[in-house]
Amino acid sequence: MSAEAETLSQIDRDKGNFHYETDYAYDAGVGLTPEVVDYIASVKDEDEWVREFRQKALKVFEKKPMPTHWASEDLNNIVFENIRYYLAKGQQPTRSWDEVPDDVKETFERLGIPENERKFLAGVEAQFDSEAAYSRMKEELEKEGVIFVGSTEGLMKHPDIFRKFFGKVIPIGDNKFSALNSAVFSGGSFIYVPPGVKVRQPLQAYFRINAENFGQFERTLIIADEGAEVTYMEGCTAPKFETSTLHSAVVELVALKNAKIQYITVQNWSDNVFNLVTKRAMAEEGAEVKWIDCNIGSRLTMKYPGVILKGDGARGEVLSIALASDGQHQDTGAKMIHQANNTSSNVISKSISVGEGRATYRGRVHMPKELSNCKNNTECDALLINTNSKTDTYPAITVTGEGNSVQHEASVSKVSAEQIFYMMSRGLDEGQAMSLAVNGFINDLTRHFPMEYSVELKRLIDLEMEGSVG
Amino acid sequence: MAQPTLIDNDASESPARPELQHQDAFEQAIAALPDQPDWLIERRQKAWDAFQTLPLPSRKDEQWRFATLNRNVLNQIVPGNGVDAETADRLASRSSFIADHAGQYVFADNQLIDSTPLDPELAEKGVRFVNLETALRDHTDLIEPIFLQAQAELGSEKFVALHKALVTNGTFLFVPRGVEMSKPVVAVYWSSAASTAVFPHTLILAEDNTSVNLVDIFLSDNPEAAGFACSMANIHGGANSRVMRKVVQDWNENTFSFQNDLTIAERDSVVKNVAVNIGALKSRYENMCRIVGPGADVKMYSLTVGEKHQEFDQRTLQVHEAPHATSDLLYKNSLMDECRTIFSGLIVVDDEAQQTDAYQTNRNLLLDHTAEANSLPGLEIKANDVKCSHGATTARLEEEELFYLMARGIPERTAKRLLVFGFFEEIIEKVSNQELAEKIRDIVHHKFTRHQA
Repeated sequence: MSAEAETLSQIDRDKGNFHYETDYAYDAGVGLTPEVVDYIASVKDEDEWVREFRQKALKVFEKKPMPTHWASEDLNNIVFENIRYYLAKGQQPTRSWDEVPDDVKETFERLGIPENERKFLAGVEAQFDSEAAYSRMKEELEKEGVIFVGSTEGLMKHPDIFRKFFGKVIPIGDNKFSALNSAVFSGGSFIYVPPGVKVRQPLQAYFRINAENFGQFERTLIIADEGAEVTYMEGCTAPKFETSTLHSAVVELVALKNAKIQYITVQNWSDNVFNLVTKRAMAEEGAEVKWIDCNIGSRLTMKYPGVILKGDGARGEVLSIALASDGQHQDTGAKMIHQANNTSSNVISKSISVGEGRATYRGRVHMPKELSNCKNNTECDALLINTNSKTDTYPAITVTGEGNSVQHEASVSKVSAEQIFYMMSRGLDEGQAMSLAVNGFINDLTRHFPMEYSVELKRLIDLEMEGSVG
Repeated sequence: MAQPTLIDNDASESPARPELQHQDAFEQAIAALPDQPDWLIERRQKAWDAFQTLPLPSRKDEQWRFATLNRNVLNQIVPGNGVDAETADRLASRSSFIADHAGQYVFADNQLIDSTPLDPELAEKGVRFVNLETALRDHTDLIEPIFLQAQAELGSEKFVALHKALVTNGTFLFVPRGVEMSKPVVAVYWSSAASTAVFPHTLILAEDNTSVNLVDIFLSDNPEAAGFACSMANIHGGANSRVMRKVVQDWNENTFSFQNDLTIAERDSVVKNVAVNIGALKSRYENMCRIVGPGADVKMYSLTVGEKHQEFDQRTLQVHEAPHATSDLLYKNSLMDECRTIFSGLIVVDDEAQQTDAYQTNRNLLLDHTAEANSLPGLEIKANDVKCSHGATTARLEEEELFYLMARGIPERTAKRLLVFGFFEEIIEKVSNQELAEKIRDIVHHKFTRHQA
């Protein structure tokens, strides 16, 4: 078994390994200084308060140490001086497909954002490097008052709506990388859904890194007003480069009374990307927030989507899938901070380690003593494919209070020889059998996903396992 | 052995008694054990230097997450230096915890005050159960490779160094190849004078094909006096040995307690640890096991009954270095009043350790809404053909279970008590010594009932 197992780790990393020449009209140069931050604010023509916010964040970033006392030492390999913090074509977001430049279109073509997807996607916001290159929303959504714009446009045109929550769910000083993002953010989506509006079709944005040594620092803020519902999808792939790139996003969700937000990510950065993302939601009374988070690419991902359950009866959920192949460390998890009575949270995490890949689950559940009748359920399952695959689990759970209860379970297993034998005796080759077993392992999660995403995810996992079938 | 000396209850007024951090404390500890071999003095000197250099841990250290450590924990504490004859007699008479034993030592403030010789039948077969002084005199060859060699890995480096530097008494149990003990040997450690540090030490060397049974009991003479305890237990389970070690920690609730245990399990050994934690204001218990031989089976069980402002900080490590081994951990905590517990466990499976079965379970029963339970159950798995799982639950008594009992005419208070005792029983029954189990039942039931009244 072990000889075959070795070959399973040989995954084709050249997929997505393409790169187009682009000339960058705006370039802040290399390195991070107060001047660079000023430059970004000037280029974007931002208000004074945003400039001050950025400068303050830079100071916090410089002061905070790397979290290597608990996190991977690999973080020390990020050389902040060698990174470009801002560059964009200076394009204004365009509204129709025809206006999108050809070379950008070509990139999207290779990425597989099919034009006909627009038929059932309410709006497409595709980010090419830092600025939104393509942005379109169905007219009926605009009529209902849904705002779906880039972060710059959101702060400039709708400050009354976005400023109130901007940086409130994730303060500048939350961690070193949220501070970094707050200093140099550009791109990302700002969404506002008015009271009672239910956006039936998912809003979608594709992100892509396309400049060597260029960090992408998008900032997303989604506000669902009372009783509103929205689903947002984010997917990313990146071409392969020779030196490491840094991706450090901040995503804030605000679900007001009885609102529902679902945020779906398929992360497939190339395996030289440091993907250090802070994602957190605030759920008011009766609100529901669900994070669906799939991590397939990157060199090191650190991402722990969280929900602050702020109002009575709020509900938070994280469904997470991580696939760690050779040279990858998927350090993912969830945070559930209970701040009101009768709140409930659910975390289901499934990880697959292939070859020398390493998958880590970190969790935090907090129920303070003034609360009653809160519940949390956490399940973490890890699947180890090869003899040298690695997995870790580090949850932290604090419970006090009246009638609160928490259960946490984790298990580690491998694909059993009997399963593989059974499938092979029915005519599948070993690779297909392994792929089927892996898809079966995550199936009870993927079936909760929107159809097109579960299809895409299956395709991505098949792609990752494809090289393993010798 | 140090001569019994009369101790003032207020130790800080006694100028001859150096505080823990003072050089004289170390020199007195060295002088307390006569005829120490050079290797031991060297080890203790090294430990003393480390103790002096290492900073006190802080909550910012990942291994002390959620813990509250008093910055003055080492201040105004003097090393225990024995008790007067009257106290010794009194404590010795209160030390019959288990009547049916194969030998017993009783210590008070680091001084040996009473002993019952080892069952002559076992002595004839070569079993040795002696205090440290005798061990160093008569069994240097046996203990040199292992005595004070265990390293702290879970955060208590400073306290382990302190123990190594200042330990003057404790027990050494040696069971030669092929010998089986059925009755346990017992060591009772008393803390008597106020603001005094005690350093209980347990060293078990079980050779191949043996069966070994030892019980440690930690008690306070005075229910109020401030105390400090820093213990260490090292268990070496040889190939195919059966080792059982139980420890009952019942210091008074003004004591700072640091327990550091290490088990090494060789091929096909079965090592069972049972810890019952009742006392101490703050109790830090680090329990590590290293599985170095294939086929070993290690059990780690713990029961904690916490009340008032007690804090029980438990850190465990199960390391699988060899294949085909099993380890199972179950830590149960019941929490009353403002008590806090922290369970931080880690299973490490090395890449060599295929076919490992490792389990870790933490169950917290919240009996008051002001109590706080923290769980950090961790896994680090580097081999793929393993079965590993951990589970942590925190909840109050099940409403349905309570309803069921009450529907059968049992009053609410009684029903609650039954359910809580049932929660305790899962661990108590692992003790598998009727007499000791009954004693433990008495203690935990008493503590719970007193609170309920």
